Amino acid sequence: MSKRKFKEENDSKQNTENSSSVKRILSRLKSDKGDVLPGGLLDLPINITVDKLQEICNALLQNEEPIPFAFYVNDIEITDSLENNIKENFSISEDVVEIIYQPQAIFKVKAVTRCTGSLEGHKEAVISVAFSPAGTCLASGSGDTSVRFWDIYTQTPQYTCKGHKHWVLCISWSPCGAKLASACKNGTILLWNPKTGEQIGKAMLGHKMWVTSLCWEPYHKNPECQYLVSASKDNDLRIWDTVRSQTVRILSGHTRSVTCVKWGGRGLIYSASQDRTIKVWRADDGILCRTLEGHAHWVNTLALNVDYVFRTGPFNLGKDQETIENRVEYAKKRYESVGEEILVSGSDDFTLFLWKPEKEKKFIARMTGHQQLINDVKFSPDGRVIASASFDKSIKLWESSTGKYITSLRGHVQAVYSISWSADSRLLVSSSADSTLKLWSLKTKKLCEDLPGHADEIYAVDWSPDGLRVASGGKDKILRLWQN
Amino acid sequence: MPQNEYIERHRKLYGRRLDYEERKRKREAREPHKRAERARTLRGLKAKIFNRERRNEKIQMKKKIKSHMEKKVKEKSSNVSEGALPVYLLDRDIKKDAKVLSNMIKQKRKEKVGKWDVPIPKVKTQSESEVFKVMRTGKSKRKSWKRMVTKVTFVGENFTRKPPKFERFIRPMALRFKKAHVTHPELKATFCLPIIGVKKNPSSPMYTSLELGLVTQSGKVVWGKYAQVTNNPENDGCINAVLLV
Repeated sequence: MSKRKFKEENDSKQNTENSSSVKRILSRLKSDKGDVLPGGLLDLPINITVDKLQEICNALLQNEEPIPFAFYVNDIEITDSLENNIKENFSISEDVVEIIYQPQAIFKVKAVTRCTGSLEGHKEAVISVAFSPAGTCLASGSGDTSVRFWDIYTQTPQYTCKGHKHWVLCISWSPCGAKLASACKNGTILLWNPKTGEQIGKAMLGHKMWVTSLCWEPYHKNPECQYLVSASKDNDLRIWDTVRSQTVRILSGHTRSVTCVKWGGRGLIYSASQDRTIKVWRADDGILCRTLEGHAHWVNTLALNVDYVFRTGPFNLGKDQETIENRVEYAKKRYESVGEEILVSGSDDFTLFLWKPEKEKKFIARMTGHQQLINDVKFSPDGRVIASASFDKSIKLWESSTGKYITSLRGHVQAVYSISWSADSRLLVSSSADSTLKLWSLKTKKLCEDLPGHADEIYAVDWSPDGLRVASGGKDKILRLWQN
Repeated sequence: MPQNEYIERHRKLYGRRLDYEERKRKREAREPHKRAERARTLRGLKAKIFNRERRNEKIQMKKKIKSHMEKKVKEKSSNVSEGALPVYLLDRDIKKDAKVLSNMIKQKRKEKVGKWDVPIPKVKTQSESEVFKVMRTGKSKRKSWKRMVTKVTFVGENFTRKPPKFERFIRPMALRFKKAHVTHPELKATFCLPIIGVKKNPSSPMYTSLELGLVTQSGKVVWGKYAQVTNNPENDGCINAVLLV
């Protein structure tokens, strides 16, 4: 259908539908990146609903399959009809209203509502929980020095991997989903095969103190998943060749414990440290590119707007996996569609900073409002919203492009330890020291579901990338699975 | 009396008998038989002495074996400490486990109405006659208004006695305590801490459940906490207490 034809048809349809008494309004549809929709000015009835707007938008964009959209007027979302969002002093006959549309995820993740399984087996607190990139496997690391793989379909233990000598502090799936790296408090890093539950290669020794964070090289850079970067309490970062189980490079420069590390998509490594700085390293030669300064206290956590893309890498969720022919190209395309990398850092000084670490060392925005240290921060999978979890019992939402404050989600009665987004960016789950998980809806910006069940503090939570399950583990030694 | 170490000298010059080692081994091998013979034949006091020695020897032997066994076991067992924490809590000095425990106690306190629930629930009421001994005074020991405290007492730093003539309660020096051994129930560690004050237990009339305020070892009042006495200090000569976390 041609644009003009559609527009005419659309107009005529609305003309017939609405009596002449309904006021009409000139409007312009714009994408969130600022592109004006090809239709130009549209003459819309003022009581037009969101469904109708979506139809128009889809037709103008010539989408074969309709995509859901969210519409904003002056940064306020249109919830039922356009009328409610038009200000009183807006002269309907003269001015043009700018409606901003944002494409939403095609699929919808249903909110988890109940605990479907409590997986017992760990003899100590569960410290880390992670779903595989395809969402088919679940792994957990615990204080009883073991890494366990779980069969999520039957909710039974699959493999118990023993090899560490101390608490398993962090685990990380390789983007290809064929390996799991785990690091313990002694500073040893081991690799596991999730298919057999056996160790791959030799132990990677080198860190003198415990490992705080692990991050794999993004899939589109190296589909073999050969390199891994680890941050440690001993002030160093190490890049490992996992095939030869050797250190390729030591990145030293931080003067205090390194708390978090991220591997960017263009060959940069970002590391946050307790020495109040974030350092940007080039992965190829280990050169320090720039130091981002601004925080007044320990930097606890980092998040990239491409985290979700890196995590799911070559996997297209919800669709048939086999249809993707060139996985590297697919992953690369996904990465490049996001655009520039944005980094957000959360700190002990109760603030968050927004950076564009590839280009400049000056921050874009400083986000204040928390009253306690910030422990976890995550970009939504579509990269539009930042959620930050703090020890002040609240979660705050921020716009990722400007750092503008959106809202606070209050409900926890103790420190919030970690958060996880659903794949469609519509829901958020948080784990807290008050032994509950809470599910928040982005649409209403309110508590959607309270999920009690754990007996003690919940240290780790993860939402599977396919959106079906949430796994959580904590001090009560039990791993719990939640479904809708 | 022998002069000088002539035996050693001879040994150095001419060596031992050729069959010395052999004879020694045989003698040692025969030793248990001789011992058994002695044990069988001895009677009376000698038997008693012999058996006592033998018993002590056996105890020592068993202790030694046990310690060796423990050593071996220790090599095998890992030294992974309990109370695993995630990375983000490792650098934050979280009061280990004490929180859970205190939560538990708080819960229990909520459940029961009594505010004064303590780890050792039964506290015996002690009558006045048990705590005080009447001292007879006066030239003909007719007056009996003086009391001597027979239980452990705590006197603070700024306590001054009244003149002995008018002092009603005599607090014997041997029963005055300023420090207590306090056990942290969760950390399973005991500290010797100075006492700040004594708290009465209102549910039992007098002087029964001592609750102690404590100071850290440096002497600075960092935190004051209550503890409950677990032993009979007047019998043991020291105060043992359990911390109420």
